[in-house]
Amino acid sequence: MAGEGWGGHSGRIVIVGASLAGLRAAETLRAEGFGGSLTVVGDEPHPPYDRPPLSKQVLLGRVRAADAGLPRRHAVDARWKLGVRASGLDPVEKRVLLADGEHLPFDRLLIATGTRARPWPQSDEARLDGVLTLRTLDDAARLAERLDAGPRRVLVIGAGFTGSEIASACRERGLAVTVAERGPAPLVGALGGTLGAFAAKLQRAHGVDLRCGVTVTALRGSGGRLTGADLSDGTRIDADIAVVALGAVRNTEWLAGSGLAAGPRGVACDAGCRAFNMYGIVTDDVFVAGDVARFPHPLFEYQMLSLEHWGNAVAQAEVAAHNMVSPGPRRRPHLTVPAFWSSQFGLNIKSVGVPTFSDQVVIAQGSLKEGRLVAVYGYRGRVTAAVSVNRAKWLEHYRTLIESAAPFPPPAGAADRPESPVPVPSDVPDPKVLSHGPTVALTGHLPDRRLAVVVRQSG
Amino acid sequence: MQIVVDLNRCQGYAQCVFLAPRVFELHGEEALMYAPAVPGEQHEHVRRAAAACPVQAILVGEPAGDGAAPSGAGGPADAGPSSGAGGGRAGVDGR
Repeated sequence: MAGEGWGGHSGRIVIVGASLAGLRAAETLRAEGFGGSLTVVGDEPHPPYDRPPLSKQVLLGRVRAADAGLPRRHAVDARWKLGVRASGLDPVEKRVLLADGEHLPFDRLLIATGTRARPWPQSDEARLDGVLTLRTLDDAARLAERLDAGPRRVLVIGAGFTGSEIASACRERGLAVTVAERGPAPLVGALGGTLGAFAAKLQRAHGVDLRCGVTVTALRGSGGRLTGADLSDGTRIDADIAVVALGAVRNTEWLAGSGLAAGPRGVACDAGCRAFNMYGIVTDDVFVAGDVARFPHPLFEYQMLSLEHWGNAVAQAEVAAHNMVSPGPRRRPHLTVPAFWSSQFGLNIKSVGVPTFSDQVVIAQGSLKEGRLVAVYGYRGRVTAAVSVNRAKWLEHYRTLIESAAPFPPPAGAADRPESPVPVPSDVPDPKVLSHGPTVALTGHLPDRRLAVVVRQSG
Repeated sequence: MQIVVDLNRCQGYAQCVFLAPRVFELHGEEALMYAPAVPGEQHEHVRRAAAACPVQAILVGEPAGDGAAPSGAGGPADAGPSSGAGGGRAGVDGR
């Protein structure tokens, strides 16, 4: 098929990153007929595993961390270099340098190195026994073991999704937990003010000692063991365990000096997952997928999105792998509408679109009071996201509205009377300066026939 | 046998919970929790659950780790000293 030049279906492909995106890319490459040599490099010693259960089933003690493996779709004929970190990339000689000294030459490279937990900034405090993070399988095993031991109080620093899920697991196990969040509410950074306030009530109703608008100024220890923390409001928390849930750091340091557009915000790539170099010139042999990627999405005014989402890792890896072995005209854009889920405090929270890409929000179905609802987000008069709480079946409809750039607020449905049909500011803190570009809708729903059309904006 | 559920797809129909209650459970009204490593006596139940899922969100397969074993899959497998971590997963299946 792909006849010219490199040929596409033979040669050498190296994938750096052996988690969800790396695995799915490897499978897709073989499924698409790539018959050359395939090497997958992972810095953790474990074969690919699934992270979402780590902050849920595993912390609840229902599933062992070691059992959180991923199923493969089919056998992948690949060489797996696990437990070895990639230390550099030589784009001229086209080879990946490994920490063990090996050089891996490639014709095509996929960067899928993901993220790691942001560590506690004071390294001496971070070393105290009882100060943990949660990102990897080993992290989860350690934390679950600590929770088994029945700590008197757990301090969770940061109330994003991971921090909130940890707090939820602690409460479900009957453990006392304090959550310290710098922002005005849990989840506010991802979901805005309305659902943030809802999440704050939810946490308190479940017995979480939630402290918002504070920072942890110091972790205290005695004899090398954590004993507590000082908060910026002058209070002091006694705790045996502190889980640092301050978000993720993108694993791009190994790309320093490679000339790629790689930095703290990820590796920039085009809609076909091809990496940009530092001049903004697209490369043709280096691809990016998963949490480490930054890519333009037409539905969101071509803003560069970085998504730490399970679904994005899968979808983007498949597109990247396809494009790695396909000639130009057959390449596909990564146009998947972002989506994620979280379960905490007995609720199922699901999101489609980009809630932070919004200026208004409305509870379109259900109500905050009953804890079953769909919040719909809009930006300059069109629907850009929707979040359901215990109403997953309603969400698909809104995906269609997002894809078709439907007007915001959406008309009320017949089935349900919303408690408050009036949109309010979405109150996404630290709003990004949103550029004003053309509104785009997705059309065509065969995977290889997804297209974007520009919608004329009238009124 | 290893499973993963695409919880973006899952809409809480809970067919899997009825067909394989020892593997799948609803946590609250519609949050699905499941055991990713499926014990041998549950394989058949899980296959039925995956087939019955209205949104086809359940992926059933062998552990991806098997392919990471140095002896795995044949291929140009020059099993370097560091590539043997797959062995740690042996025995997941059938437990």
